[in-house]
Amino acid sequence: MTVYYTKEHEWLRVEGDVAVVGITAHAAEELGELVFVEAKDEGTEVAQGDSAAVVESVKAASDIYAPVSGTVVGFNAALSDDPSLVNRDPEAEGWILKLRIADAGQLAALLDADAYAALIA
Amino acid sequence: MSDSLQRTPLYDLHLSLGGRMVPFAGYEMPVQYRAGVMAEHQHTRNAAGLFDVSHMGQAHLHARSGRVEDAALALERLVPADILSLKTGRQRYTQLTDGKGGILDDLMVSRLGDTLILVVNAACKDADLAHIAAALGEDCIVEPLPDRALIAVQGPQAGAVLARLAPSSADMRFMDVAEFEVAGVPCVASRSGYTGEDGFELGMAADGAVRVAEALLAEPEVAPAGLGARDSLRLEAGLCLYGSDIDRGTTPVEGALEWSIQKSRRTGGARAGGFPGADIILEQIADGVSRRRIGIAVEGRAPVRGGARLFADDAGTKPVGHVTSGAFGPTFGGPVAMGYVETAFAATGTPLFAELRGRYLPATVAALPFVAPGFKR
Repeated sequence: MTVYYTKEHEWLRVEGDVAVVGITAHAAEELGELVFVEAKDEGTEVAQGDSAAVVESVKAASDIYAPVSGTVVGFNAALSDDPSLVNRDPEAEGWILKLRIADAGQLAALLDADAYAALIA
Repeated sequence: MSDSLQRTPLYDLHLSLGGRMVPFAGYEMPVQYRAGVMAEHQHTRNAAGLFDVSHMGQAHLHARSGRVEDAALALERLVPADILSLKTGRQRYTQLTDGKGGILDDLMVSRLGDTLILVVNAACKDADLAHIAAALGEDCIVEPLPDRALIAVQGPQAGAVLARLAPSSADMRFMDVAEFEVAGVPCVASRSGYTGEDGFELGMAADGAVRVAEALLAEPEVAPAGLGARDSLRLEAGLCLYGSDIDRGTTPVEGALEWSIQKSRRTGGARAGGFPGADIILEQIADGVSRRRIGIAVEGRAPVRGGARLFADDAGTKPVGHVTSGAFGPTFGGPVAMGYVETAFAATGTPLFAELRGRYLPATVAALPFVAPGFKR
């Protein structure tokens, strides 16, 4: 199981041909307590860099961009009632959406944990 | 951050409290502290929040004659409120209007003895004071007070806190103004604010601001609160943010602020009109307006932000207005917004649809404020 990161402060965990996507602890800290999270409907095809989900704090909305191209195949329903789960456990229970990966070749250009740690240092 | 940004006297204190500084109206201001926007909002509603509002513009207005009544009458040439009847020790909300009835800024006017004290928005302060000086210079002297700080302490426990530090504050009621010392620093206090809660705004010399803030923060009920909480608090309280909810393109009547225009300044009053745009504004009071500022409660949990369009139908074919500010209301427990709609759609309870990311969310025109005020009347 490999975890990748993006410069836009997302993480994705590859499970077979599906990527579980969320925001990093650093991003969750910067955004502050979330009050609303939603993802594109299941079945929606998104290209790498397209908005795939939205997270909202009291003050502002922020797009979550698809780290790789794919099809939305899941949303973390727990966030509908408790969006602040993202703040409490951003890189595990607070995952946001699942994408069926269209082009696994895009993964190679993403950051690994060390490169991401260096980015936010 | 840009070198051109100014800092308030509390800048170092903000940093020491973990304030996250952002540019706002030419100042580096804390948008939040360690607790975060949500917690700072709730703490202000439940106990007391301390806000640095030193970026706002403060000024004194004196009549050249020395008579405060002359300064009041002069100011009435620029604002639609009754300033002449403002008693010493009282404060009133009003607007500077332009010739088309648009709002140049909104402001608080206080009378303390022979002085009128003005508090205006930070982003407008230079233009406001130049406008006032140009219009009233023959009769009045406008004295900007750039070396004064302003600290707001707001919330249901604010009265008890300040009564401990300045016992005479306990006698004040909503919109009263008085002078007393806090932690040995002379303050000009008003029992008002911009959160919908009971509370005070304390003006003092810049070099005393840290002492006052630290004395307040040392009280167990008080925690610092930033601009983020200030925005969600004022939105729940139904209070306008200048530049978003009101501006030169809106009149006080369109903005549902005619409650701030007293009878004496209206048609048939003792000093009817006489302010810029009076013909338009008084006609609007008599005959109505084509659009009105309203509160909007949106179903579900998704916040609808400023700029979102409002429709009469769920297919987005009949536009009736737009949102001017919106956020999640932590105390309301759902999304809250303000905006303008055609008057036919402005009645409380009218169903609307708010556009959000290509969808049309059911919403309802809501009475303002969203949260009952806690003022000490």
